[in-house]
Amino acid sequence: MAEKLMGKNFTPQDVRAKVTGTGKYTEDFRVDGMCYVKMLNCPMPSANVTIVDTSEALAMDGVLGILTSDDVPPNPAPGFPILSNEPRQLGQPILAIAAETESIAAEALEKVKLTYEAQPFSLDPLQSLYPGGPDALTEGNFVKSRSESPVSHKWSARDFAVAGEENMPMGEPGMEWNVGDVDAAFTDAAYVIDESFVVASSTHQALEPRSTLSYWENGKCFIYGSSQSQSWMMPGLASMMQVPLSDIVYIAEFCGGGFGAKASPYPTMGIPAYMSKKINRPCMLRITRAEEYHIGGSRPGFQGQLKVGFDKAGKVTAIDCYIVQSNGPNNGSGDYSAAAGALALVYTPTNMRFRGMPVFTNKPYIISQRGPGQNQIACIMEPFMDRAAKQLGIDRIMIREINAPDHDVVFSNRKSTVTSSYLRDALIMGSEKFNWKEKIKLSGKRNGTKVIGIGVGQAYHSAGSNGFDGLVTIRPDGKLYIHSGVGNLGTYSYASASRIAAETLGCSWENTVIERGDSRRGLPWVLAQFGSNTTFTTTRTNFAAANAAKDKLKEIAAMDLGGTAEDYEVDNETVFLKSDPAKVMTFAQAATRAIELGGVYDGHEYPDDLHDVTKAAMAHVQGVGLVGVSKDKMPKEGSVPALATGYAMIEVDTETGKYEILEYTSTVDCGTVMHPQSLDQQIRGGGVMGMGMASTDRMVYDPQNGLCATVGLYQTKAPSILDVPSTMDVGAVDKPDPQSPAGVKGVGEPVMGCAAAAILSAIADATGTNFNRTPVDPDMIVNAMAGRPQSYKPLQVNI
Amino acid sequence: MQKKFSSDRFDPLSTVRDALSRRHFIKGVIAAGTVAGAAGLVTGCSDSSDSSGGAAGSVERLITVNVNGKARPVDVMPNETLAHTLRNKLGLTGTKIGCDRGSCGACTVMIDGVTNNSCSVLTHTLRGANVITVEGVGGANGELHPIQQAMIEELAPQCGFCTPGQVVSGVSLLQRNPNPTREEVRYALAGNLCRCGAYNNYVDAIVKAAGSA
Repeated sequence: MAEKLMGKNFTPQDVRAKVTGTGKYTEDFRVDGMCYVKMLNCPMPSANVTIVDTSEALAMDGVLGILTSDDVPPNPAPGFPILSNEPRQLGQPILAIAAETESIAAEALEKVKLTYEAQPFSLDPLQSLYPGGPDALTEGNFVKSRSESPVSHKWSARDFAVAGEENMPMGEPGMEWNVGDVDAAFTDAAYVIDESFVVASSTHQALEPRSTLSYWENGKCFIYGSSQSQSWMMPGLASMMQVPLSDIVYIAEFCGGGFGAKASPYPTMGIPAYMSKKINRPCMLRITRAEEYHIGGSRPGFQGQLKVGFDKAGKVTAIDCYIVQSNGPNNGSGDYSAAAGALALVYTPTNMRFRGMPVFTNKPYIISQRGPGQNQIACIMEPFMDRAAKQLGIDRIMIREINAPDHDVVFSNRKSTVTSSYLRDALIMGSEKFNWKEKIKLSGKRNGTKVIGIGVGQAYHSAGSNGFDGLVTIRPDGKLYIHSGVGNLGTYSYASASRIAAETLGCSWENTVIERGDSRRGLPWVLAQFGSNTTFTTTRTNFAAANAAKDKLKEIAAMDLGGTAEDYEVDNETVFLKSDPAKVMTFAQAATRAIELGGVYDGHEYPDDLHDVTKAAMAHVQGVGLVGVSKDKMPKEGSVPALATGYAMIEVDTETGKYEILEYTSTVDCGTVMHPQSLDQQIRGGGVMGMGMASTDRMVYDPQNGLCATVGLYQTKAPSILDVPSTMDVGAVDKPDPQSPAGVKGVGEPVMGCAAAAILSAIADATGTNFNRTPVDPDMIVNAMAGRPQSYKPLQVNI
Repeated sequence: MQKKFSSDRFDPLSTVRDALSRRHFIKGVIAAGTVAGAAGLVTGCSDSSDSSGGAAGSVERLITVNVNGKARPVDVMPNETLAHTLRNKLGLTGTKIGCDRGSCGACTVMIDGVTNNSCSVLTHTLRGANVITVEGVGGANGELHPIQQAMIEELAPQCGFCTPGQVVSGVSLLQRNPNPTREEVRYALAGNLCRCGAYNNYVDAIVKAAGSA
């Protein structure tokens, strides 16, 4: 029996290239004749631009060409065009110039003569919703659905007056749903909290900027990008470049971080691609760090009101939540709706009302960030749970256990179900690991100016999908090739999730090769590498492909060695007769026979239910050996919940407002553990990002001019090594999800949200203050401890 | 210069680093005649400044820099950064540019044994200096440095973009302090941001390597 691979540590094939610096990220590629492109970006939040004269720029030595909005396909509001003369956010690209060097391109941009007609702009959704308030887009500030045009949506002055300054005005929402009778439940509740809150917009800040290299060769458009995903990029790029799918070659071997912002094709990818088509030279567009803050995407901020009712046993009986989401000038993401789903699942309220109102602003381009919506709401709701526990005299872990979902949970207006839920087990495991019972005794303990705070947080994300394609080949060299279409975000899930195919086919890991990173390697259609879905989604596709290959191995063996396919078994890189293992074919022999047989055996024929991207990929694998290709048609019912819990002990200096995270522990429900090292790394890394979310990650704007004050890593600070604990204790419940052939679920998103929530819970515990705001910075803590009013108004944003 | 464990970039007492500080660098850039638009620096929009060298028409000069033990003659512009020279003229793309502003540490290299952000050092100031990049920390025959080996074993990198900088900072630390404590390793890596948050794993790897380096 071949070695069992799932659940064991291994070294993914791309680690060595990372530590030696030989891994090629987009800017590391060089192509003969390559020139450089630089963009002219809008210097104000909204403008109508007239390009007056480009002749001086184009006459410069070394300047090769210009690209304007006339050269690229339009993308009507609220789409985000590649280039636009009506930029609706700071830093939106207007035009681009190609030159022999970046210096020349930059100098040429300064010689372009253009006029800016400044337009009214909006940075605060509540201001935009006020009667007569500015709309971010010419057409309005809201779209009901993606297929509709924007409209101007206003609330009444009365809506604002009734709310007063402390509470959220709650005019007509863009989306609303109800389960049960919330009003009656609040009447009967033993304890009710009803307060407004703010979660700041924050930006992804992947360390690698989203640079793109592009050229055209033999009618095909080659694009080298920094993306989380691989095959998912193909249809979007084909549509962006207005060519058939088969004319796109996409190369993305490494991605220097994405966190959601590089999941799908992004508009600037079109700039070097269209420029290259126009001037017939390979074009490199390097994105600067500062540009990344404008076009690199950010997580939408929330302003909202959260009302929660508890019975005296601590059960959440009612939630009424209203979220106004601050989008950029584009469609944004469904964070507000996802936040409602998280409230409904994690706290299992028997009655719930949700209202949501996404509003366009002239702030940057919004893209989902790690735990979109779920992580924002965890930051607000978790401290609410602590308050209820304290009020009702229940342990803070216990109140979470009381409300945790079971496997048979039915939640939200959609009556959603889950594939499995071990949140309660994660709470029990985590609180034991953290030694909660002893640590909680330290809560409020003072040491000079310092005071201890103990915190706990939980978060959820729906982490898995189905119905995509898997592809493996067994070649005459005797090796198994797993074609991974998923991308290389840095989590190693592309590799761990491939191992199920090797295990299913009884192939050693040494004889397994993962084909990835270049669409010419024959990469099947799978979902983007976002939403923590890769682990669940692609163990299924790889399992399906491996089983397709297994069936063909058995059929070939039966053809050559006699008997029927059912008489054969596959293991140890061979297919053999169960009753007489001496009747055997090696993988190499079977692959050679598959090529001779052709048809379904070597990929010349394949199932018609494959996606077009997979069908295009088949051209690259036909005839290379035995081809196993299949769509994942295994049944799947319900959301695949990734659930995470975090525990923090912090020491707050009441005079400076600074705090140190003394200890952090995190435990998760991610189904069966697939790859222990990469799981630990995800839990810790997500924890670090969550610590930033709680304390320093936020975008700040100048309300007068609409300029962004956070355009450097030191201005919206990602945690450094000194901001986080030296060690973090992590663990997993390790119980299988019944709907995955390997029992696995993803987990990358909620491990961030639970950490942010745990830190905020600890800050509230240490300071006795309900900030209802994320992030909490030292200034806020100092004011709270000194009994001074805060420097901001309750619903104020962009600070 | 081989003193204490604290990160070279953050050690206020290091005279060597002061000579290559960001302030010094900016002065050098201004002296070399580059115009960085003030509005661009604030908003990051018309960000015309770049690290690729002088304005159009600037003159390149041939200098020799010792990189990874080899004398490398190279034509450089007056305001060309070391990161640019390494990546675009010497083919050493292991040194990454994450911010080009001296705040992320992805471009960390050693100059005469001291770690520096190569995005904030002008190449022409390095005549005769010894530069070590991530490509030069291992053995002559491609053997990995013990830190690199330990980073593989500990699965330290996630996306990998900050990794070359973490490796170089770690190697520099072990050169001056072969047996650092966990806390000393943390201070040595304090100038290397990792957005994936793989800090614990990087420290684990360097502490592990310290035993065998």
